[in-house]
Amino acid sequence: MIAETGHYALILALGVAIVQMVLPILGTRFNDPRLAAVAVPAAQIQFLLVCIAFAALTVAYVTSDFSVLNVWQNSHSAKPMLYKISGVWGNHEGSMVLWVLILALFGAAVATFGANLPRRLQANVLAVQGSIAVAFLLFIVLTSNPFLRVDPAPFDGQGLNPVLQDPALAFHPPFLYAGYVGFSMAFSFAVAALIDGRIDAAWARWVRPWTLAAWMCLTLGIAMGSWWAYYELGWGGFWFWDPVENASFMPWLAGTALLHSALVMEKRDALKVWTILLAIITFSLSLMGTFLVRSGVLTSVHAFAVDPARGVFILGIMAVFIGGSLALFAWRAPLLSQGGLFAPISREGALVLNNLLLTVACAAVFVGTLYPLALESVTGEKISVGAPFFNLTFVPLIVPLLIAVPFGPLLAWKRGDLLAAAQRLMVAAIVSVAAIIAVLAVHGSGPWLAPLGIGLGLWLIVGAATEIATRSKLFEVRWSESWRRMRNLPRAAYGTALAHAGVGVMVLGLVATTAWRSERIEALAPGSSIEIAGYALTFEGVKERQGPNYSELVGMFEVTRGGQPVTTLIPSKRSYAVEKSATTEAGIHNSWRGDLYIVLGDPLKDGAYSVRVYFNPMVRLIWLGALLMFFGGGVSLSDRRLRVGAPKRAKAKAQPAAAAGK
Amino acid sequence: MTRKQRRGVLIGTCLVVLGVAVGLVLYAMRDSIVFFYSPSDIAEMQVAPGQRIRLGGLVETGSVRRDQGTTVHFSVTDGAKVMPVTYTGVLPDLFREGQGVVTEGAVMPDGTFKADNVLAKHDENYMPPEVAAKLKEKGVWREGEATGAAGKVTTQ
Repeated sequence: MIAETGHYALILALGVAIVQMVLPILGTRFNDPRLAAVAVPAAQIQFLLVCIAFAALTVAYVTSDFSVLNVWQNSHSAKPMLYKISGVWGNHEGSMVLWVLILALFGAAVATFGANLPRRLQANVLAVQGSIAVAFLLFIVLTSNPFLRVDPAPFDGQGLNPVLQDPALAFHPPFLYAGYVGFSMAFSFAVAALIDGRIDAAWARWVRPWTLAAWMCLTLGIAMGSWWAYYELGWGGFWFWDPVENASFMPWLAGTALLHSALVMEKRDALKVWTILLAIITFSLSLMGTFLVRSGVLTSVHAFAVDPARGVFILGIMAVFIGGSLALFAWRAPLLSQGGLFAPISREGALVLNNLLLTVACAAVFVGTLYPLALESVTGEKISVGAPFFNLTFVPLIVPLLIAVPFGPLLAWKRGDLLAAAQRLMVAAIVSVAAIIAVLAVHGSGPWLAPLGIGLGLWLIVGAATEIATRSKLFEVRWSESWRRMRNLPRAAYGTALAHAGVGVMVLGLVATTAWRSERIEALAPGSSIEIAGYALTFEGVKERQGPNYSELVGMFEVTRGGQPVTTLIPSKRSYAVEKSATTEAGIHNSWRGDLYIVLGDPLKDGAYSVRVYFNPMVRLIWLGALLMFFGGGVSLSDRRLRVGAPKRAKAKAQPAAAAGK
Repeated sequence: MTRKQRRGVLIGTCLVVLGVAVGLVLYAMRDSIVFFYSPSDIAEMQVAPGQRIRLGGLVETGSVRRDQGTTVHFSVTDGAKVMPVTYTGVLPDLFREGQGVVTEGAVMPDGTFKADNVLAKHDENYMPPEVAAKLKEKGVWREGEATGAAGKVTTQ
């Protein structure tokens, strides 16, 4: 009964979404405010209905209702509760319902909190959101219905792929989707502006918080995915340039560019047409990510089901939305007026450079990801494009951008002074040169690019701090005055500095891990030991252990450093009886110096095991950097200038306070 | 600076960056792309020793043999031809005889394949699409063979 309720709610949601797509457009076209006003309740009701459908599916999973095909295929009664819930989106159908749920949530948010938007804009935006919802609801109802029944109901389920049974991965898809789908807001605003043929600085002020929120979610989602791959897949790597990773990375690059160009548009009323185009591109890349991951064209853990009908359907959705919006862009964009002028050396100029390098780097990733697919479909030849390609293309394109980052915030709008900015960055330059020399002295023999990379990371971090120091006149005026200025700086300035410093921290981690990682693969008999990066590991033998839904073979390793005991690491090989599958759980000892990472391999002769040991220096800085970017975004988002309409509310509050003071 | 000059600087920078990017992509395309072959392809196409390729197929039953230490020998077959492979390291969890496998490395002058990477599969029934396509060409493996029987499905 619950499954049927969910199915019914989905179909109703589709009906409501059609209303939401059609009526508001007619309303704005024929100047009928009553028709346009339908958009708000329609978006809210659609969200409610999708909520019901999602809740119904969740209930089916939590209660292990195996008469529902989807639950039977992806769950098992012996699975821990967390993974019963995450199993809802750990499969194709459920993840599409989550996709639509987040889409509807964003729509409902614009409907509910967008009271200060111009009526026409709000109606158009909600109509475009409605059309995306129609496409994806149709997709679910026609090709990926999660509420199909099995008759007779099987006794127990088939379980969830064990590598997906992991806490980080339980929350990876929701954040990733919130990012993908969040960019639909920028897209809807862009298309609404094109429909109306009108756009102003206020438009950017509305779009920016949505884009920023989506960008934050995507940043966290990608970081979680990479962290998971690092400790779960047992290769000790954090990024494989796998097509599926690239599929999420491309919208991130375009979204990062969009954040910065929307800033120019808001502050200086320039780059309008480009910002609109970028909004369309960013969401198009999100759609493409969904297509690549969901259609099964890629070799990957994410390709849950290889069903050509679904691939063709999503391809159709992509063609309509990307083709349609680009055609609309070509037709209407000339109507949009060009805005403010600026000199090449200026804040705007720096942000243009940012956009240029980010989009070109994104294009390089795009080519590397899609070229194998294109080649195979044309010539039938199979190739793989891996890390070497991206290291040769993406890295040289992104490094100049990273070098330029600290200059951007120090340049004035309209016409900047490069020399003055360079003088202010003197400290950062000295710190990074000193670091380069120090690293060369210690690791003289390593890759020659590595010290430069460390210098680049510090340049970014100190450069980010320089902006705050400059704006608060640190060391120029008295401490108390600097402190007062620091407190009065807008939160957005801190957000920027935090996010840019986060990039620097990530660069440090990436460079250190890539350049100075050590790896040993040995056959170890019980009682023998192995040395790596100053640690000594003694293999104490193996034992069997029983988990909630798996049994595991645990290897025990005593770790000492300079004779002092450090920890005991217990890497294991798990076998899942229900799924008839196995996973490797690495044993990891974290420290700021680096991660000691052990993988237990195959049994060899005489009780020995093959063992793979890594030392990954400073690897945790990679994810710390991503977290800093996330928090930087959050701090910016809490800036009151971004809260549209906030000044009004602040004034209203200030008046009674002033009255009370009298 | 006039408006025209400003636009010139902007367009010039764009062209330079685009040009560099195109150059990098073309250069990387020439040097860092790995082709995917089956054992038969390698026999037919005379792959040069030392060239980095991916080799895919089924792990021949009974072919896995361990040396002293962590070196493993096994054979990859597509039904027609067999390719002996050596690999030093830890094999992925789901490496099994009779199952699909993708390895990356190079053909040695003695005609064996030295792999430095054996790619993990994520699921017992999963066949890498490249392997499945190659095996289907040879008629060794049929669609649906490895997947479990599905229950009776009804829509209500």
